[in-house]
Amino acid sequence: MINRARLGLGKQICFRNVLQQTKRRCSSVNTSTEVNTMIDTKEPSYIGIQTNFTDELKFINNENYDPLPIFRILNSSKSVQLPKLDEQILIRMYHKMLTLNIMDKILYESQRQGRISFYMTNTGEEAIQIGSAAAITLEDIIYAQYREAGVLLWRGYSIVEFMNQCYGNYKDNAKGRQMPVHYGSKKLNFVTISSPLTTQLPQAVGTAYALKRSKKKACVACYFGEGAASEGDAHAAFNFAATLECPVIFICRNNGYAISTPSLEQFKGDGIAVRGPAYGISTIRVDGNDILAMYYATKAAHEFCIKEGKPVLIEAMSYRIGHHSTSDDSTAYRSVNEIGRWNRYTPIIRFREYLESVGLWCNRQEQESKESIKRSILLAFADAEKRLKPCWKELFTDVYCKMPKHIRKQSCSMEKHVTEFREHYPLHLFKST
Amino acid sequence: MIFSKLCARLLNARASLGFNTVDRFVQRENVRCIHFTYYKDKNTNTSGETENMNMYQAINQGLRSALTNDPDAVIFGEDVAFGGVFRCTVDLQKEFGKDRVFNTPLCEQGIAGFGIGLATAGVTAIAEIQFADYIFPAFDQLVNEAAKVRYRSGGEFDCGKLTIRTPCGAVGHGGLYHSQSPEAYFAHTPGLKIVVPRGARQAKGLLLSCIEEPDPCIMFEPKILYRTAIDDVPTARYTIEIGKAEVVREGDAVTLVGWGTQVHVLLEVADLVQEKLGVSCEVIDLVSILPWDAELVCKSAKKTGRIVIAHEAPLTSGFGAEIASTIQEECFLHLEAPIQRVTGWDSPFPHVFEPFYLPDKWRCFAAVRDILNY
Repeated sequence: MINRARLGLGKQICFRNVLQQTKRRCSSVNTSTEVNTMIDTKEPSYIGIQTNFTDELKFINNENYDPLPIFRILNSSKSVQLPKLDEQILIRMYHKMLTLNIMDKILYESQRQGRISFYMTNTGEEAIQIGSAAAITLEDIIYAQYREAGVLLWRGYSIVEFMNQCYGNYKDNAKGRQMPVHYGSKKLNFVTISSPLTTQLPQAVGTAYALKRSKKKACVACYFGEGAASEGDAHAAFNFAATLECPVIFICRNNGYAISTPSLEQFKGDGIAVRGPAYGISTIRVDGNDILAMYYATKAAHEFCIKEGKPVLIEAMSYRIGHHSTSDDSTAYRSVNEIGRWNRYTPIIRFREYLESVGLWCNRQEQESKESIKRSILLAFADAEKRLKPCWKELFTDVYCKMPKHIRKQSCSMEKHVTEFREHYPLHLFKST
Repeated sequence: MIFSKLCARLLNARASLGFNTVDRFVQRENVRCIHFTYYKDKNTNTSGETENMNMYQAINQGLRSALTNDPDAVIFGEDVAFGGVFRCTVDLQKEFGKDRVFNTPLCEQGIAGFGIGLATAGVTAIAEIQFADYIFPAFDQLVNEAAKVRYRSGGEFDCGKLTIRTPCGAVGHGGLYHSQSPEAYFAHTPGLKIVVPRGARQAKGLLLSCIEEPDPCIMFEPKILYRTAIDDVPTARYTIEIGKAEVVREGDAVTLVGWGTQVHVLLEVADLVQEKLGVSCEVIDLVSILPWDAELVCKSAKKTGRIVIAHEAPLTSGFGAEIASTIQEECFLHLEAPIQRVTGWDSPFPHVFEPFYLPDKWRCFAAVRDILNY
């Protein structure tokens, strides 16, 4: 850095300039941050570190401290005292979990039949999504990775909208430009998903900074997987969020795998959670298969973020029951037994047991709900499939706010070509204007 | 005297920068002079008050005006709080507060991502990457994210309020990582806008355009001009249209196209050619790399029939290639000679060999002479 700065001063500098620079530098340092640099042999006075000297030669690692515990409510041996949740909300949470699960099954099958090009299920992670989404408000802005359809579902994204996006038909608000499951919704404050992993993290921090300056009582919730946490952008985001004091809730879905890579090959420390305190971020590890634990942890994080204007990290422990995507057969790298173990006691089953135990749910409701959800999804699915794709000229719009000349020229050139060779293009599938 | 002590220490630390207590008035042979003569901007069509200032001062004034005009606008990057290593943000934190002008951790991908997030929320985000050489860690955020937000969301989201400023180009002694001109990497990215000012006046006008433009913009600022480029800069707010090139000097024998510092090299070449060969060159400052003004360049190419394109960046896949192929396509029947590209060589940017690396006025002059004799 010093070298860079020196070069910056350039060779033009003469004596006087150097003097001025030095003076300015000194005065600006004095006015900005007070740094105590007095050298004392007893108390360390290193900048940015507050600690003591020690005469013990000792390295520190995982074995020197206990791993972070997992906060849970359902199936906890002790009864947890928390503010009561409205019954209607509990039922709605369960209903959304079921809906997400059924939508996943239908869209997964439709990809297998070649009706949509790609799909990613949320199986096993419904509680993380619905539980956290229920704990925040529509004013809060969401940045997601791609396995968070439940968050959108909770916020009111309709089944029809999900289907339109997966089909890329003319009703898709992103105009069919992105692969399926890359949802987004301005009205629901859900920033459009993109494929590059972790890029959304530092962006979420920037948005949180903006929210804080605007004095809105809102924060940002940013989701990512434990694999994505290995990207440099995760480091950037944690550090920026902490140093610039941004109200963002980082929600890590630690589901054990990044495609085929088990988390054992992703990190050697105590998961993602342990990194939080290292950045100076308030952190909690939660049972991500326990919707109530997810709800209350996120609720508390939300309050903390807004009140303190600082970030929170939630590591939600879970298991990816489905394949990574429709382009993946996960039995190539993990055993059917392992999947089966997690599948016997899913977040949905756990929550249903709880609801039944408090008399809020029964078999009959289960059957009726499943039937009606399935019906509405199949209906939306059929409609979305029948709809035309957007006009092919939308390929050229929205690259910039206004179409520049060179792109207009390319659009005209393609139009001429398509007119001449129309029989070689699938024009009948696309709207004409 | 404490100051003289300090100075002596600085001098010892960096004799190559040209301070030397013994022969401070002697021009030392191994210290390179700048490779161009600055041509003051002659544009006088703006009325109103002007002030004589260098490029960093003009940028500073532009930033000040942006922060004054838009109470939400923020400036951030490495070391911007104390004024920046090139002084472009000097005094701004004092005037506008720590929440609007602030240092970030040392992490370029973070700076770019953070800026995109601010802009997505509708905030004017003016980010600084300390040297263009260090923009590559942010390449993913800029190319995959900033450039594509509007397109991929069908226009629902955008980060048009993002502006990235970054010092670029040769500086005499910058070596591999304080000299690069990476505009061509970004010119291949639909969704971005890229500009390069050639002086103080352009820098302020282009900066304010970038900030106002509803698309993410990168302004590459030739760092050698920060102090050497001194113009009469309008004190009022003004903008310079992005996507428009400028004929800096009219001529009829050869068209010379460049941007940034290279425009001044080309102006000197035009003088040399006039003096030694007796013909006039038309000099075009491309100003805007993406989108670029093909119309104006082709119009000039049709008039002169001979084109020399010059840039500091390496030849292969440099932006000159894009210009040359477009001219060839649009002006084929008007060309009297093959289009010439005078550029940096296809090597990393070297330290002591800089005088042999740069497309200086003699290399450009030779190209013009050859193209006239073709």
